[in-house]
Amino acid sequence: MWKFNSAVKAGSLAALVSVAGATAPMAQDTMKVGVVAFLTGGASGPFGIPARNAAELIIDAINNGDMPGAYATPGIGGAQIEPVYVDEAGGSTTQVTEMRKLVQQQGVGAIVGYISSGSCLAVAPVAEELKVLTVLFDCGTPRIFEESDYHYVFRTAPHATMDNVGAARYAMDSMDGITAYAGLNQNYAWGQDSWRDFTYVMKQLNPDAKITKELFPKIFAGEYGAEISALLISRSSVLHSSFWGGDLESLIFQATARGLPQRLPMILTTGETVASRLADKLPDGTIVGARGPHGMLANDSALNTWFREAYVKRFGEEPTYPSYHMAQGFLGLKSAADKAAAAKGSAPDTEETIAAFEGLEFEAIGSTVKMSLAGGHQAISETAYGTFKFNKETGTPEITNVVRYAAECVNPPAGQSSVDWLKAGMPGATCN
Amino acid sequence: MLTLMAIIIDGLVYASWVFVVALGLTLIFGVMKILNVAHGAFYSFGAYGAASLIGLYSQTGLPVAGGFAIIIFSAIGIGLVLGFALERVLLRPMYDHDEVVLVLVTYSAFLMMEDVLRLIWGSGAYFAYQPFVAVGFVEIGEMVISNYDLLLVGFAFSLGAAGWWLLTHSRFGHILTAVIHDREMATSFGVNVVKVFVITFVLGAILGALGGAVTAPKVSVTPGMGVEVIVLAFAVVAIGGMGSITGAMIGAVMVGLARAAAVHLFPEIELFVIYAVMAGVLAWRPEGLFTRVQARKI
Repeated sequence: MWKFNSAVKAGSLAALVSVAGATAPMAQDTMKVGVVAFLTGGASGPFGIPARNAAELIIDAINNGDMPGAYATPGIGGAQIEPVYVDEAGGSTTQVTEMRKLVQQQGVGAIVGYISSGSCLAVAPVAEELKVLTVLFDCGTPRIFEESDYHYVFRTAPHATMDNVGAARYAMDSMDGITAYAGLNQNYAWGQDSWRDFTYVMKQLNPDAKITKELFPKIFAGEYGAEISALLISRSSVLHSSFWGGDLESLIFQATARGLPQRLPMILTTGETVASRLADKLPDGTIVGARGPHGMLANDSALNTWFREAYVKRFGEEPTYPSYHMAQGFLGLKSAADKAAAAKGSAPDTEETIAAFEGLEFEAIGSTVKMSLAGGHQAISETAYGTFKFNKETGTPEITNVVRYAAECVNPPAGQSSVDWLKAGMPGATCN
Repeated sequence: MLTLMAIIIDGLVYASWVFVVALGLTLIFGVMKILNVAHGAFYSFGAYGAASLIGLYSQTGLPVAGGFAIIIFSAIGIGLVLGFALERVLLRPMYDHDEVVLVLVTYSAFLMMEDVLRLIWGSGAYFAYQPFVAVGFVEIGEMVISNYDLLLVGFAFSLGAAGWWLLTHSRFGHILTAVIHDREMATSFGVNVVKVFVITFVLGAILGALGGAVTAPKVSVTPGMGVEVIVLAFAVVAIGGMGSITGAMIGAVMVGLARAAAVHLFPEIELFVIYAVMAGVLAWRPEGLFTRVQARKI
């Protein structure tokens, strides 16, 4: 159930949600929301902190009704958000304990969180047990809803299959003569699943091309000298990598210093996250993605313009895709709660919000999100890839030759697992 | 042939990096019998310090060569301050306690220092690529080798040679050897053991910081980087024998070559091979390759 610190004033709330552009929030009506992301450890810098920053920004904007367009009404379902931030570090067992604390001690009414696929897999059954509406905002593994059914769990970001289908399609669309390809991915679920999906698609789109190297260094290894040597002499046409964060930046430094990108163009599925930071250190010609149309690949919209400007003003740097994903999670929650509140005419309870959330289509920052899979609990969206170029005249990084792939082109249809869909040759994929 | 050459070069580069980190660890254990988990924090501080200073230096427009001097002197400065502070404040009152307690003390120091590091530098990444990029690369056939990596190999070898000379040909080395073999007897002969401990620990801290500082130009300097490297350094030290410089060097070369061979030939066992080497050596010689059962030595 939604947890209000004071009794909901139903009449006032009904008036609030029925009047578009209402200006005064119900300050006495608050709902605690758990916000979980890596605040310490290796994943905090590239993922956790940008996500938390976005949460702070979007929560303030939602509470104050500062957002443009359909999100201008204050609060979610009329209630002000009171965030409870939790560090995702410590492993799956810790996260299960933290989730219980959030619900049983803090009394949160909903949770928006989780970057690690391991965390998501661990907490999803617990969310069911605790009957707490949980919005997974970033983790990538398709296994969440492909191996289980959940009533209280939603994921507002598409899963990782989209990233690698998009990467393979873009490589084939933008490069000629790919006769061999190699992969360099971290040795855990994210890296292995990414490479598996990429190779499935490449085998469909370019069955004659050979796989030359499949390398899986340890996450946070930092030193990739041997891997770069192996790739240099592999005679591949292109390199696929789902590296992220410090590992990705280290790889780029070491690869560039040894001329790897000139011999072997790179496809980086999370490359957009480092494009602004590395600027001219990221080699021209690198193919970059952002796990959806985020960051420099986002579609122009009033919401995107507002978000980028507000984020830069507040934090002094450009938002990357974890920021977009976090904002997307809150916008999904707000859309569902507002929809349920509007239908009911008063503050919705958890079940009513869930009913409104299932199958919801809402405008996110830079894209439109459809809760199409897993009985309306798993999102799909379009994705975008482009080619990096540093503009020496203006001194700014650019992404050129951007291609957008429709959600139905890069995501499996409802009722079919990612692997089955890829193995079958992506039947039903509807591309531009 | 090309693959063999790549394995040897990559193996030596990796071995050099690990050896620089492991050297301070084995030195401290050899003399003080402390398994210093805080060594990972020295590494992180060295990396952050070098990255920050190189970043500032690069904005001045002065020659990039100055970046190499920054790597050396920033590590010395950080090692001096952190090593002395840790020894004086946390370790000295605990010398009479069991070795396990000392490990826990250094572990808690490691955790605290990681948090201090975050307070100083935040959670963002730092770059110091200028020295790495500036020295360029050489091409041998299809292989491209970074000159920075070649310099690292030479530096690690020089460091090992200097350590060997210090221990075997200098007065301080003889004193260290006496302390290692019998602390009480050395004291009775007038050796100031506490002073030897301070010097050794500070030297070890400088070497740990140096490991981070020479790594900084090659990587994105991020929180948590010391955690990964300390595990690897422990494996190398265990293979060579706790407290043996020669052992650390041989252990590093074994690990480096084994890992490089795995990456080139059997990438699926790359993670496994380092610890397989360690397990194999310890099954054969539980005390490591270069540690005598009766007497520890450096």
